[in-house]
Amino acid sequence: MDISFNEVSYTYQPNSPFEHKALIDLSFQIDSGSFVAIVGHTGSGKSTLIQHLNGLLRPTKGEIKIGDYHIRAEEKIAKVKALRRQVGIVFQYPEHQLFEETIAKDIAFGPKNFGVDEEEINRRIPILMEAVHLPLTLLDRSPFDLSGGQMRRVAIAGVLALEPSVLVLDEPTAGLDPKGQQEIMDMFATLHKKKNLTTILVTHSMEDALKYADHVIIMDHGQKYMEGLPHEVFVEKDKLQQVQLDVPEVIQFLQAFEAKFGQTIPYQGQTLTELARLMQEILKGEQKYV
Amino acid sequence: MLKHRVEFRNVYFRYSETEDWVLKNVSFTIASDEWVAIIGHNGSGKSTIAKLMNGLLFPDKGEIIVDGIPVTEESIWDVRTNVGMVFQNPDNQFVGTTVRDDVAFGLENRGVERNEMLKRIEQSLEAVRMSDYLLHEPHRLSGGQKQRVAIAGVLAVSPHVMILDEATAMLDPKGRKEILATINQVRESQSLTLITITHDLNEITKADRVIVMNAGEIWLEALPREVFTKEKDLRAIGLDVPFVAKLANELIAIDVKLDQQPLHQKELLESLWTYHLTK
Repeated sequence: MDISFNEVSYTYQPNSPFEHKALIDLSFQIDSGSFVAIVGHTGSGKSTLIQHLNGLLRPTKGEIKIGDYHIRAEEKIAKVKALRRQVGIVFQYPEHQLFEETIAKDIAFGPKNFGVDEEEINRRIPILMEAVHLPLTLLDRSPFDLSGGQMRRVAIAGVLALEPSVLVLDEPTAGLDPKGQQEIMDMFATLHKKKNLTTILVTHSMEDALKYADHVIIMDHGQKYMEGLPHEVFVEKDKLQQVQLDVPEVIQFLQAFEAKFGQTIPYQGQTLTELARLMQEILKGEQKYV
Repeated sequence: MLKHRVEFRNVYFRYSETEDWVLKNVSFTIASDEWVAIIGHNGSGKSTIAKLMNGLLFPDKGEIIVDGIPVTEESIWDVRTNVGMVFQNPDNQFVGTTVRDDVAFGLENRGVERNEMLKRIEQSLEAVRMSDYLLHEPHRLSGGQKQRVAIAGVLAVSPHVMILDEATAMLDPKGRKEILATINQVRESQSLTLITITHDLNEITKADRVIVMNAGEIWLEALPREVFTKEKDLRAIGLDVPFVAKLANELIAIDVKLDQQPLHQKELLESLWTYHLTK
């Protein structure tokens, strides 16, 4: 689904001493099928932004279009339930929201509430378990017997159970060990392609944004600060540092390499093995770039 | 001064008799001026170690000695005056309605005299650069600020040992760096044993020593540099090495000789310079 924000502002507790402008005249467009990373330091408005995507918050000003749904300030959202079925949000630490007796029941909870019939739910469950890489033998177990990483997968399966066309991920790897982090991100990358999703990833990790996203939006103080292709945005070291963000490590290193050896290696998503070879050639004087 | 600030002797722990051991025969010592990082996959026993150190849990077998005192149900109150802990989620740790009250909490519990208390609150908030927030409500602060106040609360009681159990996990990269720099400054100025339990690979590079846990056992105890040479083995147990170590290992694999395993970008660039000159 295409998503567009048109001069959207959101103010918490307006006209009170605690008034806080979380989003200010924010405009951007997300094309259907893209993988977008939203990056910004704590308090930049990322979480407020994503709560607008399924109508949990309504803008104080401006207009949002999500496919055919229109969300305007001062106007009750029509068919909000249908919107929420289309836009699945995986919040931070989603495993804290598990509550059912068994994993099967927990996954079924969402679709049941949206009136999906039991037969259809039973058809979806094994497919979902496979999508999140969990064995079917776990279905009758309590979700609370699982490890943290597994619990998170169950919670994600519960979001996917509604078969959303937009998937919003808020810091999905927080608290996982390095292997768990990579597995979860690879899983989302696969789902994105296989299910033809529009994926929106909120992250602190410049590394993940560079690796998985095809478009990046940098937020600062509730406004859009930069936007573009990841490997174009992430080379702007000075500009990023002004909003307390770092350039991804690989780009940092290539820039430092250039400063020391006077030769540029343009970053085009090469693997580390490929970069190591390029560096070796330059250092041995076998390759002349200049 | 004590040579060993923290000592684990053949420690076994499990949550109930029907369950598997969470820790199996774990022994190590940590010296009084050390910064030791403990890493391991989720469920490897890292956090259990932290909880055993200040008597939130007790071992089923073996012995734990902190500051020369064996940790037992009778001694925990003495032990806890010396061991400060900061956890992952700062929201779960606040008790005061203002930053000042919150930092005062630990001091009040220890019966610190009022003038001394005011002085310590001021000093510890200054150390974490939160002096301007004395009368703010803790829950209205940002994540990084909250975590700094939590750390000030621990610093105020001047513990000998400070344990950070994934205390920076919820912060953004900038907040993470600031907190660690703050704590390291404090460590240098007042002899503090620092134990950090973390998934953040770059955090390990700054530690003096690393303990790698795997399935309840110590898998490796080594300098950060040595740990990073074992990339393949670490990946097999669910861990990883930082970017610089990965790139260095790729270079070494294609016969680019490096004079040492680099800890950060500057070291790697220097090693490459040496390599470049000899070619």
